[in-house]
Amino acid sequence: MYPDYMAESLRKVVQTRPGRLELARKPAPVYPPMSAEERQAVLEGFHPDFEPSARRKVHVGPNRGETVTTEVAELLESHSWLRSEQVNLDKPDFETDLLIIGGGGAGCNAALVAMKEHGMRSIISTKLRMGDANSMMSQGGMQAAVSRTDSPPRHYLDAIGGGHFENKPELVRALTEDGPGVVKWLEDLGVVWDKLEDGSLKVMHGGGTSRKRMLSCRDYTGAMIMRTLMDEVRNHPDMIAVKEFMPAVELIMDNKGRCAGAVLYDMESEEFFTVKAKATLVATGGYGRLHIRGFDTTNHYGATGDGLVMAYRAGARLMYMDSVQYHPTGVSFPEQIAGFLVTEAIRGAGGQPLNKDGELFVFPREPRDVEAAAIIRECVQNGGGIPTPSGRVGVWLDSPLIDMLHGEGYTDKHFPAMYRQFIRYGIDITKLPMLIYPSLHYQNGGIEINERCETDIPGLYVAGEASGGLHGRNRLMGNSVLDYNVFGRRAGRYAGEYAKSVKLGKLSLAHLDKYENELKDAGVKTDLVTPVLLPSYAPEDVKKRQLLRGNNNLPGPAVVNRMHEERPGA
Amino acid sequence: MARSAAETKERMVTVSIMGKPYDVPADATIMGAIEYAGHQIIRGAGCREGYCGACATIYRLPGDYKIYGGLACMTMVEDGMTLAQVPSVPAEKAIYDIEKLKPNVSAIEQHYPSVFRCVACGTCTRSCPQGLQVMDYVQAAKRGDIAEVMDLSFDCVVCGLCMLRCPAEIVQPLVGILAKRLYGRYLRKDSPELAERVKAVEEGAFNAEYAKLISMNRDSLSKLYYARDSE
Repeated sequence: MYPDYMAESLRKVVQTRPGRLELARKPAPVYPPMSAEERQAVLEGFHPDFEPSARRKVHVGPNRGETVTTEVAELLESHSWLRSEQVNLDKPDFETDLLIIGGGGAGCNAALVAMKEHGMRSIISTKLRMGDANSMMSQGGMQAAVSRTDSPPRHYLDAIGGGHFENKPELVRALTEDGPGVVKWLEDLGVVWDKLEDGSLKVMHGGGTSRKRMLSCRDYTGAMIMRTLMDEVRNHPDMIAVKEFMPAVELIMDNKGRCAGAVLYDMESEEFFTVKAKATLVATGGYGRLHIRGFDTTNHYGATGDGLVMAYRAGARLMYMDSVQYHPTGVSFPEQIAGFLVTEAIRGAGGQPLNKDGELFVFPREPRDVEAAAIIRECVQNGGGIPTPSGRVGVWLDSPLIDMLHGEGYTDKHFPAMYRQFIRYGIDITKLPMLIYPSLHYQNGGIEINERCETDIPGLYVAGEASGGLHGRNRLMGNSVLDYNVFGRRAGRYAGEYAKSVKLGKLSLAHLDKYENELKDAGVKTDLVTPVLLPSYAPEDVKKRQLLRGNNNLPGPAVVNRMHEERPGA
Repeated sequence: MARSAAETKERMVTVSIMGKPYDVPADATIMGAIEYAGHQIIRGAGCREGYCGACATIYRLPGDYKIYGGLACMTMVEDGMTLAQVPSVPAEKAIYDIEKLKPNVSAIEQHYPSVFRCVACGTCTRSCPQGLQVMDYVQAAKRGDIAEVMDLSFDCVVCGLCMLRCPAEIVQPLVGILAKRLYGRYLRKDSPELAERVKAVEEGAFNAEYAKLISMNRDSLSKLYYARDSE
């Protein structure tokens, strides 16, 4: 339940609700959407990316001299777990056609397509279990232009406008044009989409959509897709080997500058294994667990940007790594679920963000960065937020409107996960609003790819959140689920094709030594060792005792903790 | 996130994590308590938001003979609780070609015949942290009612607690996954507009429109975007 001191604010929400319900029933927007100038002003004034310490120059690697998110710069200016002389590459422990790093949606799609279209074998290396990925967690849905009032080029325009016209056009075209085909691919694998009586797909609005385009599987969309893909992967044990709790820690190159596999680390036995692969796909997802600017995150436990730093050391360029997505509606109260995602579909279905006086202050479906910045502005500048007992702040998201608009039982049927999330703490979201605040959600940029998922490095492919360019500096809701399906499939297709003909040379980890020298030459002083693999949530006193393990720069929780401890604002 | 020193002054309770007592904040989730104790979880945490089923946990409470189960990320600690996480639940997934199955009881008989051992005791339903009617969907599977299994198992997070408690040793979540796939593949009502749209894309129906959009400069694209109508 909400603490007593919030009762007055809750009363105001109830008082203003009939009027807001009337507005919601009319075709006009319930609040005026922002113009281009208004969007720019709220972003520059209140989006966390625009705070002076949010970004800095990176001093090494392919993007040297460019400005990136501060925590990303720290991640990139770090030591490898390995030096080349430690690893014997003469006899790889495993050989395969396609090594897929990351067992989320993109990785599973790629393995299936490489097998089906090219008869290629894969190894999927994953840090936790297969499916322990942000793919599993998407609630609200997947965009795809399937309805008669919509079209793929219209989806293109919405996506590129949401990304402030900085998206790579060929990637947005691939995303939007492949969309309908992905819906069918998934349906034929057995994904149960929400449908209307006549069999047509149920479509909803998301932030920044001009047509209803959000497809869903109740509010377990990601879980439904991910479990279907995993089940199909596991139906092919002869073709796809899954190595769980065995993340990659470095890429392996050959003497012709091609990517040729990776070194894996067994989280349990602490052994290192070498994999020689004709082609390698980085599908490691994003970096929410780096808790950029100290924000809570919606992300899964292993989202530590591992693929970014591995590919960067190997020489792949990054794109738009100066831009972070904060989801407008993370949970602010109860504290136990602070930062958890409240699906954007709640606003798509008519939920309205309100200040402490129960008043609308923003159009509920602005693109994510704009919506998030507007919520921060309402709290920071206008004093419209409601403080929580643990020192957070939030605004209301009026969910009871949903049943009023669509009929009783709608929330139960379409948002069972959201309902469960809150009822555990005595908050019935069909009767009470949720208290929300922006939460660290998505890595807008990543390793630059083209529409074939190729990078600067032959044999290195990237798909999903780890890639950069598709979303510009702001992704719209539902485009990441589509992204990992479209580009996961494309990666399987093109990497599979490439793997057929490539003849690898001598394997090498010389790039690690070169990078180490570059760090030295740039005068970088750090004891951070990456990839991070897992965040630590031990209390400060425990961390201090863990650090006593020694002034080593070997990997392990002691070193990994440093990043979180020393982060500004943590 | 890690708690600050000020926050740790709040009310504490004692819980036994795998038999070893720790003082932890009274308002912590089980996952929060394990991390507060300084453990680095490797198995036993995934999405941390109740979707992935990685954090199945069993526990007892003082003076209570019962064994309880829950998701560590979603369940609050209680004073005197003694708990252990379940790192993995052994279960053999059937291997099948979905294209060769029929959406009826034959698929269940062939791949998960253990469902016919169900004695309708209801232990699975009582052990489900999602509050699903697990026994009802096992019964539906016995009848070959694939649509009912799909509907009732839709929100299953595959934590495995029902499998652990089932006296008939049925693998309920895997039956649910098979049924959902069968429903999606065979029993769905097809969308006529989806088939048309897929065909249109294949035939290049949007090529000209894309070419035009891609050739536009930022200003004209921006004008078009802000002037677009909305449904």
